[in-house]
Amino acid sequence: MPVTTLAGHTIHVDDEGFLTDPSEWDDELASVLAAQVGLTLTDEHRAVLEFLRADFHQRGETPTLRRASAGSGVPVKELFRLFPQKPAKKMAYVAGLPKPVGCV
Amino acid sequence: MLGGGTAGTMVANKLRRRLDDTWVITVVDRDDAHPYQPGFLFVPFGGPTRSLVRSRHAFVRDGIELVLEAVDRVDPAAREVVLLDGRLLPYDFLVIASGAVPRPDQTPGMLGPQWRRTIFDFYTLDGAKALATALRRFTGGRLVVHVTDVPIKCPVAPLEFTFLVDHWLRERGRRDATDLIYATPLDGAFTQPVASQRLGSMLAERSITVEPDFLVERIDGTALESYGGRRIPFDLLVTVPLNRGADFVERSGLGDELAFVPVDRHTLQSTADPHIFAIGDASDLPTSKAGSVAHFSADVLVDNVVELAAGRELTHSFDGHANCFVESGDGKALLLDFNYDTEPLPGTYPVPFVGPMRLLTESRVNHVGKLAFRWLYWNVLLPGRPMPVPPAMSMAGKKSPVTTS
Repeated sequence: MPVTTLAGHTIHVDDEGFLTDPSEWDDELASVLAAQVGLTLTDEHRAVLEFLRADFHQRGETPTLRRASAGSGVPVKELFRLFPQKPAKKMAYVAGLPKPVGCV
Repeated sequence: MLGGGTAGTMVANKLRRRLDDTWVITVVDRDDAHPYQPGFLFVPFGGPTRSLVRSRHAFVRDGIELVLEAVDRVDPAAREVVLLDGRLLPYDFLVIASGAVPRPDQTPGMLGPQWRRTIFDFYTLDGAKALATALRRFTGGRLVVHVTDVPIKCPVAPLEFTFLVDHWLRERGRRDATDLIYATPLDGAFTQPVASQRLGSMLAERSITVEPDFLVERIDGTALESYGGRRIPFDLLVTVPLNRGADFVERSGLGDELAFVPVDRHTLQSTADPHIFAIGDASDLPTSKAGSVAHFSADVLVDNVVELAAGRELTHSFDGHANCFVESGDGKALLLDFNYDTEPLPGTYPVPFVGPMRLLTESRVNHVGKLAFRWLYWNVLLPGRPMPVPPAMSMAGKKSPVTTS
């Protein structure tokens, strides 16, 4: 696993840049990761990230977009507005979670 | 046993052999029509429709009661199932095997005036038959094959349909007049890297345009519209509607956001209630929703239920083993074989280095294997007789990609 340094944070990532150790994540790093994908975090973003991290902690896997919407109460359309184009991947990336695996 | 389909029938039959007469086994299903779902894929191209549906009674062993009534809900606290007609079925152990259901009603505009005029599905026998008529009349234009969201049952079926329709149109001289488009919410043809690459290049070789990362929000007349603001117009749409678990699962508070039952991925026991198990498409197992998974996990489930019935700990563990035939047109097919930890890789099956079937490679033997499977399904698989392949996945004879990490 590659180790990289991002704005003073030393983190373990996979070859696409997703954190491989969710415990290395903190709120400050979230802003840095968000900037990497062209986002400025608002409270709306943070509420979704909070659900993602809590759900990952409980179930051990990154929630799907549908699950994130159902669990956070934010409609899918809104998630597309907050994390444009590829919301499932961007949310996971900023939340410091593994890339969501589409079911097989 | 709630559900008398592939998984439910197989598990009930196996359990009946393993449990003594003090155990009463009841299978509940709302109707007496057991479909051979893999056969639906060929119906749009003139494949046989007779004998695709048989009586559930014929495949449930003596000594098992078959109740034909819809389930209203499960009451886990009282340990009973409430049927729609009000009857109560108390249980010691419950197995939920009620499958996954295509739900065109879940996408705005799908069930509008274009449904079964220019919009079709092939996951139902009626849909597949209606599509056969539409394809015969189709002379060219934009043909879009579309997956609404994952997971879906038989996840390779939309790709197979695409390969088959490409071949079918070529044979009839209509392919040049057709733009063939494959729209998927995934970022490529399939989820698993090696298979996705292989299947992706097979689409490219056939001049099929892939529209990846396309999550439909609604259908507007004859165009798909995505949440991201993309629009895909069509003359003929072949869609796989959203797949959900049974409504009673949701009513009973036993489902996730798509009404699939969360289970331990190795023991198949419900994470909410130790007296409940789920198997097959009804479960949230992170592997394919496919008959092969139901089959490979059936023995694990049966062993675990027998242990629990005897008051022992659960010791049997499922590895996520799945295999899928992928029809690629022109009388050929590929075969994928994988589990939770290992993606589909090239090699041979079921005998390492010998085959006769070849993994991740197009061959006629694979196609013949797929057709022969129908006989095995009715005569070996459903009765719960041993299949001539091992349930756990094997790495023998497989070629791994170079490890990159």
